[in-house]
Amino acid sequence: MSNPSAPSPINRREFIGRCTRAGIYVAAAGSIGIGFHQADAPRPQMDAATSMLQLPDYSVPAMPGKICIAHGADRATTVRQAFEALGGMKALVRPGERVLIKVNAAFASPPTLGATSHPELVAAVVRLCLEAGADRVIVTDNPINDPASCFALTGIRAAAQKSGADVIIPRDTLFEPMTVDGGRLIRNWPVMVGPLDGVDRVIGMAPVKDHHRSGASMTLKNWYGLLGGRRNIFHQDVHTLIQELALMIRPTAVVLDGTQTMMKNGPTGGSLSDLNPTGTMIVSTDPVAADAAGAALLGRTIADLPFIGKAEQTGAGTADYRSLQFKEIQTG
Amino acid sequence: MSNGYIRIGLTLKTEHLSLSMSIILTRRISQIFFFLLFLWFSIVTTLGEAWWQLRGWPVNWLLELDPLVGLGTLLATGTLYAGLLWGLLTILLTIVLGRFFCGWVCPFGALHQAVGWLANRKRNTSQKIKANRYRRGQTIKYIILIFLLGAAVGELIARLLRVATSQSTVDAIIAIVLLLCGIGAVWVNRKSWQQWISGLLAVIIGWVLLGLFTDGSRLLAASLQTGLLDPIPLFFRSVNLTLLPLVDGRTITLSQGTRIYPGTVAIGLIFWTAVLLNLIIPRFYCRFICPLGALFGILGKNALYRVGQKAEGCTACGACERYCEGACEPSSTIRTSECVLCMNCIDDCRHAVMGYHAYPSAAGETAAPDITKREFAAALVSGLAAVPLARMAGNTGENWNPAVIRPPGSLPEAQFLKRCIKCGQCMRVCPTNVIHPAGLQSGLEGIWTPVLNFRMGSSGCQRGCIACGNLCPTAAIRPISLAERLGKDTFTDQGPIRIGMAFVDRSRCLPWAMDRPCIVCQENCPVSPKAIFTREEYRPVRLEGTLHLSGMQDNRLLFDGPTLPAQRFATGDYYVTIDDSHPRLPVRIIDIGPNGISLADNPFVETARTGARITVLVRLQLPFVDPASCIGCGVCEHECPVKGHRAIRVTAENESREPRHRLVL
Repeated sequence: MSNPSAPSPINRREFIGRCTRAGIYVAAAGSIGIGFHQADAPRPQMDAATSMLQLPDYSVPAMPGKICIAHGADRATTVRQAFEALGGMKALVRPGERVLIKVNAAFASPPTLGATSHPELVAAVVRLCLEAGADRVIVTDNPINDPASCFALTGIRAAAQKSGADVIIPRDTLFEPMTVDGGRLIRNWPVMVGPLDGVDRVIGMAPVKDHHRSGASMTLKNWYGLLGGRRNIFHQDVHTLIQELALMIRPTAVVLDGTQTMMKNGPTGGSLSDLNPTGTMIVSTDPVAADAAGAALLGRTIADLPFIGKAEQTGAGTADYRSLQFKEIQTG
Repeated sequence: MSNGYIRIGLTLKTEHLSLSMSIILTRRISQIFFFLLFLWFSIVTTLGEAWWQLRGWPVNWLLELDPLVGLGTLLATGTLYAGLLWGLLTILLTIVLGRFFCGWVCPFGALHQAVGWLANRKRNTSQKIKANRYRRGQTIKYIILIFLLGAAVGELIARLLRVATSQSTVDAIIAIVLLLCGIGAVWVNRKSWQQWISGLLAVIIGWVLLGLFTDGSRLLAASLQTGLLDPIPLFFRSVNLTLLPLVDGRTITLSQGTRIYPGTVAIGLIFWTAVLLNLIIPRFYCRFICPLGALFGILGKNALYRVGQKAEGCTACGACERYCEGACEPSSTIRTSECVLCMNCIDDCRHAVMGYHAYPSAAGETAAPDITKREFAAALVSGLAAVPLARMAGNTGENWNPAVIRPPGSLPEAQFLKRCIKCGQCMRVCPTNVIHPAGLQSGLEGIWTPVLNFRMGSSGCQRGCIACGNLCPTAAIRPISLAERLGKDTFTDQGPIRIGMAFVDRSRCLPWAMDRPCIVCQENCPVSPKAIFTREEYRPVRLEGTLHLSGMQDNRLLFDGPTLPAQRFATGDYYVTIDDSHPRLPVRIIDIGPNGISLADNPFVETARTGARITVLVRLQLPFVDPASCIGCGVCEHECPVKGHRAIRVTAENESREPRHRLVL
C-alpha cells in the first residue's frame, strides 16, 4: 500500500462486488442472445389473409331504378328539379343521416374547363342533403393531381365548405385494403374507406367526359377515385375494373352533369373548345342507367362502352334506362 | 453567454453597468426575434391560403438582408435584383457599426451561440477563455469569401478587360482619370514623375494584353457559389430540406403527403457538423468558415463605433474573453474584424473598462482582417480559375445534361448558375414536391440547384402553378405570370413555357412492348389538345395453337382449338378476324362461353367458311408525343404505371429557356 509503484492487492469485498456485477452482465447478455436466437431464416413479410372488408349497400330499397333527365343551363336548378322529380332528396336522405358526396376533383384545373365537378353543383347537392335533414355531409375524392391543389383550384373545397359540408382530402391513413367479392382486380387493394366511416348514404357526382381508354368517364368510372395505391395499372383492363367498381359500391344516387360535355381531349380537357353545352343533368338511383343515358351526350352508344354492359351483368343496374321509372323534364 | 438575468439586479447601482446589461438583454431579444422570424418564414413557405401559409409573408426578407446574396449576384450578373437591395441596408449599418448582423440578426449565428453556450457552460473560466482565444485559422473565412467572390467575378473582369481593347472613348476617359490620379499622387506623395509614368504604362499595357489574351477565350467565367456556405441560404436549405420534412407529421402538418428530397445527406451532414463543432469551439462556423462574417469583417474596417477598452485600468484578468463570441481578443489588441458585437465583454468586465465607442481601444486595435496579400491573391486567383476549370466539362454548352430539368421560368443554364444561391425555397414551396436539390448531374457548380424529378412528388409540375419563380429571391427562376406559362394573352405567339419533353420508351411501354392496353400517359396529359396522342393498332395475341371456325350461331362463333379464358379475352379490348372473309375489320369479343365467342355483331356471316382461321387480336392505343405541344410537365412520367424506370420520361430536350435545345423546326 505504501509503495506507490506496487499494485494494491484486491480485497475480498471488491472481488465479490466485481464478480457479482460481472455475473449480472454475463447473465443479461446471455439471456438476450439466447432469448432472441432464431435458427430459421426469416420469411418475407406478406399481407396476411385476404381483406374481408366490404362496403355496405348505400341504396334506398324503396327507390330502385329511377332516373330523371333534366334539361337546363343552370346546374343548381336542374339538379334540384331532377331530385324532386325522383321524389325529392327526402326520399333518399333521412334526417340525421350522414351523406358522402364523391365528387370528381381529379385535376388541378379551374371549374370553367369542366374537367371536375362544378362547385355550383357541389354546393347545390350539399344544400339539398342538408335541407333533407342530413346530419353531416362529406365531400371527398382521391385526385390524380396534387390533392390540395385540386380541391383548391377546382373551387370544390370553398363551395362545399361554404354550403356546410366537410371536405376530406386524402391521406395515407384513410386507405385500407379491400377485396371486392367476386372481383379479380380489386383484391387487397387500398381503398379510401376512411371518409365512409359512419356514413349512411353515398352520392356519386361526375361530369360527362371523353375518355380515350374507356370511351367515357361518367358516374361508374368516377369510383376509380376511391382507389389508392398504384391504381393506374388497372388501365390494362379498364372495363373489368369499372365493372368491379360497380360491384364494390352501390350508391344511393348518382348525379351525372352534362351541362357541359367534354367532347374531346378528355378526361383532362384544358380548353373551352373541348366543351359542348349539352344542357343536361341526369340524376338516377341506378348508375348504369345514368351512364347509358349520358353516353348519348358524347355521341356514343352503349356498344361503344363495354363497361356499361359489363356493369349491367353484375346486377349493378340497367342499361336500358327507358325501361326504368324514367322522367325527362325541362327547367327554366 | 453570461448570466445576465442575475446581474440585472446590479443595474440600479452603477450607471455605466446598467447600459451594458440592458444591451446584452436587447441583443438576446434581437437574436431570439430573428431566430423565431426565421423559423416562422420557414414554416409559412407552404403554398396555400391559410394564415400560416405563404399568402404574402415576406419569407425572403432574411435572404435579402444578407448582403452576400446581393453582392454575389451583383458581381456575377451586373444587376441587383428586386428585394436584394435590402442588403444595402445591412452593408451601410455594418460600415458604421461593425458586424452587428453576426451578433444580433443572423439566425444561424444565434443557433451557434446557443449551442456553444450549452456545450461550454460546464467548463471553467480558463478553459472558456482558452476556447475563445483568437486562432490564425480564423483567416480561412476570408479566403473562402475571396474564393467564392472570385468565382463570381470572372465575367465582370472579362468585361472590364475588353473595354480597353474595344471602347476607345472609355479608354480615353480612363486614361485621363489615371493621369489626374497620377498628378495627384505625385503632388501628395512626392513620387517622381518617372515612377508614375512607368506605373501607368504598365497598367495600360497589362490591361490591353490581358484583354486581347482573354478575348473570346473561356478563361473568365462566372458562377455563383456563395450559397454553398453563406449562412442564411445554408440555414434555409438545411431547414427546408432536412428538418421540416422530418417533423412534418400529425402534430405539425405542413404538407399533405410525405416530402422527399434526394441527396439531402450531404446537406444535413454539413448542417449538423456546423452545429456540433460548437462542442469544440463556440461559434466555430462563424469564426472559421462563414463567408458572410468575413464580408462584414472587411466592411466593418472603418466602423465609427467599436468595442474596446475605455481607458487604462485593465487588470488583465481576461474575464472579457470568457464569453467572447467573436474570439477577437478584447483583452489585448482587439481584432475589430472578428468582433461580432455580442457585447459580452462589456458585461463581463468587472472594472468597467470595456465599452462600445468611437475612440480606439486603449489597448490598441487591429481593424483590418488578418489576411496577407499573398493569401488574398491566391484565393482570388483560385476562385477565378475554378469556374473555367469546372466549365471544361461543357455542362453549360454542348455537354449539357438532358436529365437536368429546371423549374418553369428558369434562366438559361449559364445565367441560372450566376444567380442560384441553393437556398431551397423553390423546393420548399413546390406544392407537388417535384423540385429537388441536384447532386452532381448539373456539374460540381450545380450542386443543390433545383432540378425536377417526376418520379417523386404528388403530380408532376402543375401547369397552373408559378410559385417557384415568384418566390426565388434571385430570379434564377424568373417570376413568370400564369399567362406566360400557359402561352396565353400577350404570350400567345411564343406559346407555353416548355421545361422539357416526354419521350416514350417503347421497350418498356405496356402497349408498345407488352401488348397490354394502358395509355395512362395520354389520359393525364394536361394540355389541350393533348401532347400525347395515340395510334390504334390490332395485334394478334399469342395462343397455344390456332383457332378454326367450326360454325356460327347469330353473333356467336364456334371454334376448334385452344381454350380462350373469358377473363382475359372478354374484357372489351380483344377482337377477332377470320381469314379470307370480308370485312377484314376486327370485331369486338363481348363474351366467351363453352359455346363459342360472342361478338358485338357478326359481319362474317356471309363470307366466312368453316375451317377458316380465327385470329384473336388485342386493340392497342399506342402513345406518341407531339413535340409541338408537349410542355415537359412530367405528369405522364409521374402517372406511368411502369413504376421503376418509367416507360415515358421527360428530359430537358426542347426546353424553351435554351433555344439551342430546340428539337423540331
